[in-house]
Order: sequence, then C-alpha cells, then structure tokens
Amino acid sequence: MSEIQSIQTARPRTESAEPDIVVRDLTMAYGDFVLMRNLNFVVKRSAVFIIMGGSGCGKSTLLRHLLGLKAPASGEILYGNLNFTHARPEAREQQLRRFGVLYQGGALWSSMTLAENIGLPLEEFTDLSGAEIREVASLKLSLVGLKGFEDYYPSQISGGMQKRAGLARAIALDPEILFFDEPSAGLDPISSRLLDELILEIRDSLGATIVVVTHELASIFAIGDDSIFLDADSHTAIAQGNPRELLEHSADPRVRRFLTRGAEGEPEAAQGGKAGK
Amino acid sequence: MPAERKAAAPSSVTFERGADSSLTVHLSGVWRMRHGLPTGDLLNRELMRTGEVRTGEIRRVVFEAGDLADWDSGLLVFVTRAIETCKARNLDTDISGLPAGVKRLIDLAEAVPENKEAETKADRRPFVERVGRATINYFDGLDEFVAFLGALAIAFGRLITGHARFRRVDLMIEIQDCGARAFGIVTLISFLVGVILAFMGAVQLQQFGASIYVADLVGIGMVRDMGAMMTAIIMAGRTGAAFAAQLGSMKVTQEIDALTTMGLAPMEFLVLPRVLALVLMMPLLCVYSDMLGILGGAAVGAGMLNISLGSYMRETFAAIELGGVFGGIFKATVYGAIIGTAGCLRGFQCGSSSSAVGDAATSAVVTGIVYVVVACGLFAVLFNILGL
Repeated sequence: MSEIQSIQTARPRTESAEPDIVVRDLTMAYGDFVLMRNLNFVVKRSAVFIIMGGSGCGKSTLLRHLLGLKAPASGEILYGNLNFTHARPEAREQQLRRFGVLYQGGALWSSMTLAENIGLPLEEFTDLSGAEIREVASLKLSLVGLKGFEDYYPSQISGGMQKRAGLARAIALDPEILFFDEPSAGLDPISSRLLDELILEIRDSLGATIVVVTHELASIFAIGDDSIFLDADSHTAIAQGNPRELLEHSADPRVRRFLTRGAEGEPEAAQGGKAGK
Repeated sequence: MPAERKAAAPSSVTFERGADSSLTVHLSGVWRMRHGLPTGDLLNRELMRTGEVRTGEIRRVVFEAGDLADWDSGLLVFVTRAIETCKARNLDTDISGLPAGVKRLIDLAEAVPENKEAETKADRRPFVERVGRATINYFDGLDEFVAFLGALAIAFGRLITGHARFRRVDLMIEIQDCGARAFGIVTLISFLVGVILAFMGAVQLQQFGASIYVADLVGIGMVRDMGAMMTAIIMAGRTGAAFAAQLGSMKVTQEIDALTTMGLAPMEFLVLPRVLALVLMMPLLCVYSDMLGILGGAAVGAGMLNISLGSYMRETFAAIELGGVFGGIFKATVYGAIIGTAGCLRGFQCGSSSSAVGDAATSAVVTGIVYVVVACGLFAVLFNILGL
C-alpha cells in the first residue's frame, strides 16, 4: 500500500534553479546532411522549456536526441550528473524510466486497452498487484478526463482523447521529466488550451521538468518559461530565453517574424506573400 | 475567374513585332487544361526561328490577352514558362496585359525563389558507379541484418537467464495465431501436396507394376522435406508478412519509440514472443503437415491404385525412419526461426509511410522464402554428407 501512496502523491522536489538537462555542442545529422550544429542549452528543473522553430527545422529530431532514440553526430547530453550520450545501456535504461513522453499521435499500443496501456509500465517496473495497477490506471485516466474509458481500445476513441490517454500513460510512473511532441497538433483550440493547462498542472503538482516541441504560438506564450529557437537556414539556434521576453526584446527579424505570425520582421519576404493584394 | 463563354475559340498564340523592338504575344480563346494547351516552348521556338534575339532586334516581350475567353492554371503554366525563357535570354517582360488574377498568381509563384538544394537530382551517374553503389548499399543492409541477429541472440540469452521483459499473454496470443489459426490452410495445402506427389509417382510406378511404392515416395518425401517446406512457405506468406506489417505500422505510429523510451526493449517485448511462437509452433505444424500429406497419398492409393488403406499405411511405416522424421522437424524449427526473424527485421526496417508498410510485408515474405529455400539446399548437402 505504501507504494501506491508514493505513486499517487506528488514527489516533493525542491524548487531550485539547478539544471536538469544540459546540452553541449550538439550536432545532429542524417548521414552527411547536418541538420543543426553547435546547440548549447540548459533546461532548469521544473521549468517548461519550449523547442520552437519552423516546420522541418529539426525540432522533433532534437527531441529524439534528448530521448536517446537517435545518437548525436557530436556533442553530448547530460541529465543531472549522468552523461546520457556516453552512458552504459543499463544507466540509460534507468534514466529512461524517469521520462514520460507524449508522442505526436499519442502512440498508444493499439493491441491493448487504455488501462493496459497505462498499466504496462506499472506492471514492468513496480511490484503492484493487478488490482492495484488497475486502480492507478483509473486514477491517471481520470486526471486527463477519461474516467470510464479503461476498457476502450485506442482505435475506438477520438484523436484528442488518444492524445490525453497518451498523456495519462506518460505520467503513469510520475516522471521527473516530461517530453511533449507537438501537443496541440490536431486538437481544436479549446482542447489545446485544456491540454496546456493540464501540462502546467502536472508541472506544479509533480514538480516535473517539461520539454515541449511546438510551433503553436498561443501555447508557447501561455506555458513557456524558457525556450530555444531553431532556424533551418542557419542550421543552429538563433535565440534562447523566455518566449514573452523574446517577443518584446528580440532584435532578430527571423525570431520576430515567427513570434508575430509574420506581421513583423524580414519586410521583403513578408511583402512577397502579400504582393498583388 | 471569368465566366465560361460558350462556343469560344480554342486556345491560340500569335506573335506580333512592334516598333520598339518588342515582341507581343497575343493569347486568345479558351485556355483550359482539359481542352489541351499549346506547348510552353512556343515562344522559345519563335525566338530561335528568326534569330532576332541574337541580333538584338527584340529586347522586350509583351503579353496581351485581349481576346482571352477563359483560363485556368494551364495559362499560368504557359506564361511562367515563357517568362523563364525571357529571363534566360535577358529580355524584359511586360505582363500588364494579362488578367489581374493571372498576374497575382504569377507574383505568388515567384515570391519564393526556387530552392536549388531541395531539388533532388536524378541519378545520372555512370552505370558502373551505380552498380558499385548498389553493391555497397547491399552490404550495408547485410550489416543491419547481422546486427539484428546479434540483438536477437542477446534477447534469447536474456530469456534463458530469465531477464527478458515481455508479456506472457503476448506470447500466448502469438502462439494461438501462428499455431491453431494456421491449421486450416496447412490442412488443405499439405493434403493436396500429398495427393500431387502420389499422382506424380503413380503414373511412373504403375508402368512396371510397383504402385505400392507410391506409399514410400509420399511418406519419405513428406517427412524428410515437403512437410517442413510447405509449412514454411505457408507461414512465410501468412505469419512472416503479418509480423512485418504489425511492427512496421507500430513504427509508423511511434509505438516502438514509445516502448523504447519507457525502457522496454522492443527486441524483447515485440520480437522475442513472435519468433519464439513460430519456433515452438513450426515443428508441431510440420508433424501435422506430414500426417496430412500421407493421408493425401493414401487417398490416391485407395481411390486410383486400389491399394487398401491398411497395406498403404504398413508400407509407409516400413519406409519412413525416425531419423528422417526428426530431420524434418529440425528443419521446420530452423525455418520457423528464419521466417520470424525475417518478418520482424523487415518490420523494424520499415520506413515511415503507409506504402512502406506494404513494402515491408512484401520484403518479409520474399526474404523469408529465399532464406528457407537456401537453408533447404544446405540441409540437403549436409544431410547427405552425414549420411542421414
């Protein structure tokens, strides 16, 4: 029973500014094609960190590097004291269990019900009994507003619900770091806002560090504490900092153009789109 | 866009020379793609024909569309092509005579310059170089295959030491799927293979009154090779393809990534139960297939050759030996491992689109059958050397 307690109640984590994730001189490449080079940034504990940039600039690829799904061409990624890039497989696996990931389409295992999807990590990594696992799964589903859908298969619910169920699975083991890949993609504006609120709620209650890949401006300004802006043309990050401050103070026309939906910055390019109106 | 006028003239282009060294291009009629269009090269040909560009007699190209009845993107294609021709020959262009909609669309099309990097160049390398590259790529693929086999071996090692993480229920589901559910098709094919073998033998053996040896032929043939082989081919088409399609679509929907980032190795969680199920079920299906084949032979014996079921079976049991039976079962087990591995490997190598899933399934069947036949040949040589 004590284990259930520890899983259900928030893990007390000290609200400090010590870095959780450190990325050093990261270069990402597909074969000979370098996507991004010299990425250097720090994600502070319990912050909501946004990875933003235009389509195809390598946001999702950066996320795959952070998750260890792709090996860096050079540079390294550190989680706390662990050098994730050069860690032994066991240590990496240990670190992976502290992660929760919400993939773009939810990525629920289609052969399992929602309860089984959420129960799987609990089954594999805790000593809970079947009934207890079911209880935790129900609780996680109710946190994302899907109570009563335990025995549905992913194909039987809508895309937005799949995404929320994916979130319930991501928080099954009360992760220390939560990664979101395009959380608002495919959601209507209201669901997308509710999801943003849910993200903040999880951060506040669990004290988790949150990394979000998105190009959704409303979300970026609503939840972002810190951010990195990737630029496809220069193949590196061209801005870092709080997105609201970037909007106010950034001098870079490419950043301004992105954060204002093209209303400001890079006049000649902006004009091109409007010519002839 | 302008309203369609009935009985309008078809699209046509005429050229007119102006005083100020200009060439006016008159566009008239209905410019719709479905009616067919003048080639965009027309202006280029006109300029080439007269050679006026070289002599500097024409410095400007003006587009006029006074008699234009109706247009769609077809007109746009012609005009943009013509403008490109002019740019290449350093001629000024004047599109003010075109409809406002056309001008706006041309501006839009020219707003972002062509991305030279994005253009994928057609493979124009010499033949020898292409063959070389294809060979190198093939051996790179072999690397991947060996790495996959290694990872699978490690996973089996973890299974034996009891460390492998997968759900027992998944293994049971796979066993049900490639065991019990395959019974119908294995029954049908094996019985028919037995019948065919018996027919082929009967035609020859009848000629010198040795019909009873049909039982030997069918029995030995099924038990030593055909039972295992036919089961393998059925399972490659049925289960190998299914493995590749399942894992491939799991890759497309990032379900495999989700397992990895949860700290569950896909090799143990997905591949192990599937390969294990096939390896466990193939020998059983092979024995079943052997029996059905012999039954098929017996049916021909009884129906066509007037051999009683009893004497057919006695002859069969006298002909087949235990070594041959176990040889067949051993082969079936190896085939099962080959098919399962090929299916899972192709699923893991699957690209990220729905057509890639189809390719993965196709490739799983081809790979599975090719390696099964190769293994069958090797076994034949090996068993011959060993005198089995």
